[in-house]
Amino acid sequence: MEIVVRPHVQNFIDWSRDKPEVVVLTGDLTNSCEVGLWADTYPDRFFSMKMAEQNMMGFAAGMAREGFQPWIHTFAVFIYRRPYDQLAMSIAYPNLPVRFVGFLPGLMTPGGVTHQAIEDISIMRATPNMTILETGDATEVESVLDVAHAVDGPVYIRMLRGEVPRLFPADEPMRLDQVRILSEGNDVTVFTAGITTEEAMRATAPLTARGVEITHVHVSTHKPFNDPLILESIKRAKHGVVTLENHTIIGGLGSAVAEVMAENGVGIRLVRLGLRDTYAHGASRQFLMKEYGLDALALVRCIEQLLGRSTGIEAADLESIRIEAVHSLAKAEAL
Amino acid sequence: MNSWTNSTQTVADGIRRRVLEHVLKNDGGYMSQACSSAEIFAMLYARVLRLGPSGGPLEPRDFLGVPGPGVPFFSGADYNGPKAPEYDRFLFSPAHYALVLYAALIEVGRLAENGLDRFNEDGSTVEMIGAEHSPGVETTTGSLGQALSQAGGIAIARKRRGDIGSVWVMMSDGEFQEGQTWEAIESLARLELDNVRVIIDANGQQCDGVLDVVNNAASLATRIAAFGASSVEVDGHDLGALDEAMTRDTGLPHFVVAKTNPVAGLPLFAERAPALHYLRFTSNEERGRYEAAYQEMVS
Repeated sequence: MEIVVRPHVQNFIDWSRDKPEVVVLTGDLTNSCEVGLWADTYPDRFFSMKMAEQNMMGFAAGMAREGFQPWIHTFAVFIYRRPYDQLAMSIAYPNLPVRFVGFLPGLMTPGGVTHQAIEDISIMRATPNMTILETGDATEVESVLDVAHAVDGPVYIRMLRGEVPRLFPADEPMRLDQVRILSEGNDVTVFTAGITTEEAMRATAPLTARGVEITHVHVSTHKPFNDPLILESIKRAKHGVVTLENHTIIGGLGSAVAEVMAENGVGIRLVRLGLRDTYAHGASRQFLMKEYGLDALALVRCIEQLLGRSTGIEAADLESIRIEAVHSLAKAEAL
Repeated sequence: MNSWTNSTQTVADGIRRRVLEHVLKNDGGYMSQACSSAEIFAMLYARVLRLGPSGGPLEPRDFLGVPGPGVPFFSGADYNGPKAPEYDRFLFSPAHYALVLYAALIEVGRLAENGLDRFNEDGSTVEMIGAEHSPGVETTTGSLGQALSQAGGIAIARKRRGDIGSVWVMMSDGEFQEGQTWEAIESLARLELDNVRVIIDANGQQCDGVLDVVNNAASLATRIAAFGASSVEVDGHDLGALDEAMTRDTGLPHFVVAKTNPVAGLPLFAERAPALHYLRFTSNEERGRYEAAYQEMVS
């Protein structure tokens, strides 16, 4: 698997070159959000708004009203928790073209509960006018810019940084409200997004080798959620549907799939894997994914339950785990 | 008094009279806000703001819908004239003053005489706490303390374009209890946004009663200056003092703290103190005394 180191850094610089309306605002996490070089390249378009997120939302709103395209870069938690009223009233209500680039979605950081955005999709899904995107690999980190740029209104992005795998061909960019079908089969349909896609791919090959047919659907647009392939993929599952999300199971991908199933009268089982109405704590991504049951082995066990039989798969049979060092040089700090 | 003060005071008196008339007609309303800020709104609309002719219809629009992708939306900002380099912009922060704003728009001919008839009427844009479809309203600021940051963003854009017009914000003193207000002042000063100008109705009143005068109102100008902006405190009912303070060029984001009286022009209202946030009559006898005060205003 190809690992791309900090794909956002140069790509965002190149992409912004012919777009003078694009400005960047940060909240004292400039290098942590991979826009330090962007700031050096375009100092006139860069605004350090310090640790004052409520005010940052208002400044972004004002600039957006005047024709700029503000791209706020900060940790995801600091976008939707502290300044939610400002996000909703100053930006979302007037449908302004502000792009929120949220880093460290879900359990991606040993920074612990204060840095882990585990209910962001729920809150943003409930916010009118908001489009929600999530990047699952380097190709999507690169192509999410065009997708967001084309949206008439605010866009929230769950962004990846540091060492990012390339799961999808570079010439197959993210498209708004279009899922990717990564494998096809009629036993179980699995929905994943963001880092859980890489995780699920560790399990799908050994499952297939043991005769379990999986339709694996990768989601990069949480809202809107209307791609016809979503319902088609649900309907073909004989034994049930599983969602695996780096997020609480209340209000995120699992809920979105449940809504599609219920509204279309699809009478099959759904199991939602993810954080089960709990906060987490500071530890490595791999440790937390295992602890909270959103790793490849948890997916295998869940599928076995739906099938009503064991597959004989053990941890050693899974595709090898990819471990990003906490002190990777690809990150500005250990967070 | 010279001619501009005469005409501006007429606007201020008209604002009070229209709001009292509305309160009598509807048996309730935001009266103290009109008493305290009538001169402020009169100064803005009749003297200080550089605005082009209104682009909004004299008869207020019906509510058509909220902003969203691909849907038509009419902003109430067009009542403040076109957006052009030479014109000022006006952001109205304490949306609970909507009744006062509408009355001011009527007084300066930007809204029809009967515009208040549709106040708080279902399906009307003349809402009780306006949003950006309401006449004269550019940003949706019923959640208090959010306009100043937005003014900063607009001011950055205007500076880049070389616009000579300012970005004016009308605020209430209660909004200085919100942390965002202080974040915004710090940013305005740091980014040297001297095209932002703020007028504050320091009437010492908020929903629960009297603001803590010692900790808040009295030191407001000092605290604003400590954050790097310029500030001046004036009598908010003295048109000459307001004019000097509002037009002063300081090279900094500029805040005028207008000390006001929440019962100015309606002294009998003082008996209700400290509960002045919203006026509702408790008896026919009381209502009669306000009727008499109104008759005195119109005579």
